[in-house]
Amino acid sequence: MTTAGQQFLGALSAAHRDRLLAFARDRSFPAGARVFDEDAEALRFWILRSGLVALDAQVPGQGSVVMETLGPGELLGWSWLFEPYRWHLGAQVREPVEAYEFDAPPVRAAIEEDPAFGLELTRCVASVAIGRRLRACRIRLLDLYGVPHVPSEGSPA
Amino acid sequence: MTALMTGTLPLPYRVVRTADETPDTAGIVLEPSGTPLPEFCPGQFAMVYAFGAGDIPLSVSAVDGHRLTLTVRSVGAVSGALRNAAAGSTVGVRGPFGTGWDVPADGDVLIVAGGIGLAPLRPVVRRVLAARERYGQVAVLIGARGPRDLLRPGETREWQEAGARVLTTVDRPAQGWSGDVGVVTMLLDRAAVAPAGTAAFVCGPEVMIRATARELVHRSVPAERIQVSLERTMHCGTGHCGHCQLGPLLLCLAGPVVPWDRARPLLSVREL
Amino acid sequence: MAVTYRAAVIDKVGLDALIRALAARGRTVIGPTVRDGAIVLAEVTGGADLPYGWGVAHEAGRYRLAPRRDGAAFAHSAGPQSWKSFLHPQRERQWSADRDADGSVVFSAESGPSPSYAFLGVRPCDLRAIAVQDRVLSGGRYPDPAYRRRRERAFVVAAECTEPGATCFCVSMDSGPAAGPGYDLALTEVIDSAGHRFLVRAGTEEGESLLGEVPSRPADTATQDAAHASVAAAADRMGRTMPQVDLQVLMRETLTAARWEDVASRCLTCGNCTMVCPTCFCTTAEDVTDLTGDHTERWRRWESCFDLEFTHLPGGPVRATGLSRYRQWATHKLGTWYDQFGSSGCVGCGRCIVWCPVGIDITEEAHALARERDGGVAAGSAPEAP
Repeated sequence: MTTAGQQFLGALSAAHRDRLLAFARDRSFPAGARVFDEDAEALRFWILRSGLVALDAQVPGQGSVVMETLGPGELLGWSWLFEPYRWHLGAQVREPVEAYEFDAPPVRAAIEEDPAFGLELTRCVASVAIGRRLRACRIRLLDLYGVPHVPSEGSPA
Repeated sequence: MTALMTGTLPLPYRVVRTADETPDTAGIVLEPSGTPLPEFCPGQFAMVYAFGAGDIPLSVSAVDGHRLTLTVRSVGAVSGALRNAAAGSTVGVRGPFGTGWDVPADGDVLIVAGGIGLAPLRPVVRRVLAARERYGQVAVLIGARGPRDLLRPGETREWQEAGARVLTTVDRPAQGWSGDVGVVTMLLDRAAVAPAGTAAFVCGPEVMIRATARELVHRSVPAERIQVSLERTMHCGTGHCGHCQLGPLLLCLAGPVVPWDRARPLLSVREL
Repeated sequence: MAVTYRAAVIDKVGLDALIRALAARGRTVIGPTVRDGAIVLAEVTGGADLPYGWGVAHEAGRYRLAPRRDGAAFAHSAGPQSWKSFLHPQRERQWSADRDADGSVVFSAESGPSPSYAFLGVRPCDLRAIAVQDRVLSGGRYPDPAYRRRRERAFVVAAECTEPGATCFCVSMDSGPAAGPGYDLALTEVIDSAGHRFLVRAGTEEGESLLGEVPSRPADTATQDAAHASVAAAADRMGRTMPQVDLQVLMRETLTAARWEDVASRCLTCGNCTMVCPTCFCTTAEDVTDLTGDHTERWRRWESCFDLEFTHLPGGPVRATGLSRYRQWATHKLGTWYDQFGSSGCVGCGRCIVWCPVGIDITEEAHALARERDGGVAAGSAPEAP
């Protein structure tokens, strides 16, 4: 579904989208490529045009555990925008990716220089990327498809 | 025939076979031992009786003449007995009850299923794919707990080959899972359907239904074009026992399939 | 053009003869009797079984028999039971199933003979209640065969209300005190200087034919006037009223009212109101297996929406709080019943008020909801929740 406002770039006004894309370069990653690792400095970010990227964490004994996947239209990486500018998770390509790649420092500088651009970009990261993923994450916390928990008799009535 | 028409007396159906689909869910194929029930429409449900244990509502996941396929997840005494029913044994079936899915004749179709909610949507997918050329984009989005909880992955691959865009995501990936991880709503933007011309069908746990319908409305799918299948306690199926009420609706008659514009205000009242 | 049936006047002897005539036609005659300190519906074999000289003093949470000097038989308003005990019995077998040695199962519908009842002394509110249950149980897509059989075979002798109780509000619900349609015979008890007698109007051919079998005299103007006057006077003596608003809309608009918390703090969720309500119809299914394990029966028994199990789903009950269960009962009765069955589910009999152990009064709750809603409107803006 491709309604403006839902995908990351669609949520920006045309002027601010053009301004952001002026920082972009095309980038592709093959399947299996490691895009970034946990705790590394967040110097770049990407907007995916195609492909699939998994966000993961290394768990001793379980290897790399995937928390979430990101697909076309989505923002890969938001740690570049907020201190301490380090990745909280790792990212690995599952299906070959075509993306816009951005260097974080010049974008951060533009955000500081142009409050209107900065506000809209930050708002967009907050609502379309972080907010949506947070909502989805909370739904997963409910473990909706798990075996129903049957409360014992005399549970709060 | 009187008792049959009233919907209270079960008719004997023979278990042709049961086949495990996930560790706790099985498909159960039934055919009438004698007189068949009237034909089921996709989305309608049957009350299925396990001898001596009781009966539970089950949606039909396939209808082939008088042969019914039901999907049962073992969560209690009756569902456990049905899931383990031996081939050749007899169960009782009443129905068909409730509203079915209103499948349009053309346009884009979006099907969003959570967990076992895929079962009652299967006949919609098959009906649409049987006349694939009449439709625009056809997308099937499936969410499940983990890879082993996905119902019949082979069938969903067939749908893909028959012209549906099938996207699957799991909450908890296992080793070797290379697909999407996350909630099914995160797949909506990859469905490639045109919101205004889409008929959406949503079935799964109620929280998943609410979240999905809200995201669809946000993407400009008209609320009356979003059909959801709701779950409440069902005993009689005939509107007499009162258990399945959701505000003004007796869901065994006015549901389980309800358009979102009707369901939304009811589901927004806590414990209605 | 509606057929007009005969009206006549009978006395106590005639009423006794009516009971015997009904029994002679093979009917089980059920009427009011005095038992266990209450007016109880039970089989009557003659006029002597009727509660002549007994009235009732009601209040919220209170019911007491009270002797009456005038010797009236039908001057007690609703008692603890209603006619649903007979038409929609508490427990009923629906079918049975037998499993053969080869594993095949035969399902057999319940096919026993239906009783042929005559109900004597059906209050106008209860006459309406029967009509309401008719719509629920035999008016829809799946008429209940057992209910329909009993209903079709039942003969109804209504008794118009001349002595409403303190908890009555049939006028608000437009269901009394005069008898609406649905009776075979309607009685109006008249006691004055001219004696103790009953104006009887037939409503059906069978009613008229029965009336012909009992000693009677033609209806005289004095008796007719007295009967009309006492029913009219009863309308002005209702102990309770409902707010004069559209109750269906009121219920729809107050689902999140604070008043529900207030009533929930008093409600014990015992379900008494649902058991005594003449229209409450909810049931549950019960499966019983005998010792051989090869014969099972499906029974249907009354269940209350106040039971926690009523909305059981694999993950737990949908209506877990007492608030939601009281709200379900009241909003169904007064509001969503219209959506489902085209009428109110409340007939104003007042039983739920009388038999509530803590005296919760549905009319008081409805007034409070109306005040809360309309108060919010009048103030211009309801306070927003934080």
